[in-house]
Amino acid sequence: MTAPLLQVNNLVKHYHSTGLFRAGPVVRAVDGVSFEVGRGETLALVGESGCGKSTVGRTVLRLQEPTGGSVEFDGESVFTLGREALRRLRRRMQIIFQDPFSSLNPRMTIGKAVAEGIEIHQLARGKAVRQRVATLLEEVGLDPAFMGRYPHEFSGGQRQRIGIARALAVEPTFLVCDEPVSALDVSVQAQVLNLLMDLQAKHGLSYLFIAHDLAVVRQIAHRVAVMYLGRLVETGPTESVLSDPRHPYTQALLSAVPEPDPSRQRQRIILEGDIPSPANPPSGCAFHTRCFHHLKDARCSAEAPVLRPIHSTLAACHYGEVLPQMVQDARNVPAT
Amino acid sequence: MTALLEVTELRVSFPAGTGRSWPVDGVSLHIDRGELLALVGESGSGKSLTSLAMLRLIPPPGRIEPGSGIRLGELDILSLDDKTLREVRGRRIGMVFQDPMTSLNPVFTVGDQIAEGIRAHFPVSRREARDRSLALLTEVGIPDPASRLRSYPHQMSGGMRQRVMIAMALACEPDLLIADEPTTALDVTVQAQILEILDALRKKRGMSVLLITHDLGIVAGRADRVLVMYAGQIVEEAPTERLFQRPSHPYTQGLLASVPRLTGPRTRLTPIGGAVPTPDAWPGGCRFRPRCPQAFDKSELPPPPLPVEPGHTMRCWLAEPEGL
Repeated sequence: MTAPLLQVNNLVKHYHSTGLFRAGPVVRAVDGVSFEVGRGETLALVGESGCGKSTVGRTVLRLQEPTGGSVEFDGESVFTLGREALRRLRRRMQIIFQDPFSSLNPRMTIGKAVAEGIEIHQLARGKAVRQRVATLLEEVGLDPAFMGRYPHEFSGGQRQRIGIARALAVEPTFLVCDEPVSALDVSVQAQVLNLLMDLQAKHGLSYLFIAHDLAVVRQIAHRVAVMYLGRLVETGPTESVLSDPRHPYTQALLSAVPEPDPSRQRQRIILEGDIPSPANPPSGCAFHTRCFHHLKDARCSAEAPVLRPIHSTLAACHYGEVLPQMVQDARNVPAT
Repeated sequence: MTALLEVTELRVSFPAGTGRSWPVDGVSLHIDRGELLALVGESGSGKSLTSLAMLRLIPPPGRIEPGSGIRLGELDILSLDDKTLREVRGRRIGMVFQDPMTSLNPVFTVGDQIAEGIRAHFPVSRREARDRSLALLTEVGIPDPASRLRSYPHQMSGGMRQRVMIAMALACEPDLLIADEPTTALDVTVQAQILEILDALRKKRGMSVLLITHDLGIVAGRADRVLVMYAGQIVEEAPTERLFQRPSHPYTQGLLASVPRLTGPRTRLTPIGGAVPTPDAWPGGCRFRPRCPQAFDKSELPPPPLPVEPGHTMRCWLAEPEGL
């Protein structure tokens, strides 16, 4: 097997919040995360708001400086590169955002916005730039005649296509997709998901797909990594994680996904309380304050579990083997 | 069952260019007592304006067009004077919005804000209002409610703020609660909590709920009946089980085929082509015609709601025997 395209080892990102008169607590947004993304593969990074998933995406691209850990991209160590080398590398690693409107300059035509990267990296000159922009717009399903229009003239779905064209303009091999379909209407969401999958098949792209919706993830991802309070709690092939989750948090996330089919209502696991603050995470297993596992005990609040193979996934739960299987069809089962 | 609220031929218009546009264009619906009715649609379908019209909250220069009818029991909402209208708002119909932060006042404590609503509608002492507020916070599942009464909105999480909004809406014991995308801004595990609470409260209090959402998933297994809105009109109406078993309008079918699933075979999604039209350019004839894979000659005429079977109607000529 060839080496993975992206290898993330023990990534740490802490924020030092500032109080009025003294330093505030350290916010452990990302606290020791390791994963890899293969060539042509989609890894979904899943979790709720505040779990650190977007911070992982941004730190991997060094849009934010890490506190610790290392990232290897195609054999190069991202965190030790100088400015010029980093700029060259950025041509191959791009990002698309949840809200394409706020990431597009309102005074720049979309043709110019897409051409920007091509010009900065000198991938084409003169007329060839225009030609390339037209091809890109066509590729993402937009009429090249729109080149002279401004972002506000487009719908949310079209703007996301512009964002994708802009990212693809520099011929990257790796894309961080940060909640790219969360703000879109369902019918448009499906269009964009299909587009991302087609582009991957055509160009052999690798995606780090950051999302909170497990149904979307099932559609697009080969593997899944579930994050909770700055750490990975479970990871594995998509079908394994979704069909036999071994971490209670993964089960709760799964049970909370609303399924548009009354005949397939899963067991409802309603978690108590909110996600704790990453400035003051619980001791031991960070999930123990909300955990419903019947074997939860003193060990859970004392000792942090590590990711280890359980059944067909890697899960960080002391008692992952004996976690009851989820009831996939709960019509006749009383809610827990 | 008797209808609690009845809306007939509701039209809401806004100025557009030199004329006017109709983002809500001929909506008729009724909500029964104790019923959870879901109004489903994508952005721009007119679902939120429909609910705002029920309380006469359409922001100017928008207006409710003559010929529209909104009745709450014996009351004709559209002809009420300001004083009676204020009594209906909050007291008879409560409302919960998507973003609790913008609906809560940042400079008053949560307790003050709930009590204010109670004292505006009931002749009770401060102390009594406070006790009721406490009971309400407990009812919506807020831990440590006594200390939460003294919290400001910014000190709470999104899920907690939404619970406060529900508590405020419930404070005056409304007959109908309108919840406009109440969980859209929340995480899925918190969304599950809020939906459970809404459902439990409805059953306990015998209240009707109008749930407005873009998410067919949260409708399944919760709503009694579903209305699907598209381009300012209700295009399909059916009991929930029936709608998911036999979606009949091509738009509803398209929506369901667009949603990624957690179960069943993993297949390529089949999205609806094109985009939702804007109110100043509703297509002529059937409004879904330009995007409809099943459009035929007759689609050039606007279809009225046609029966598919008892309790199930759609605005599509395919419902006619000769259309099939």
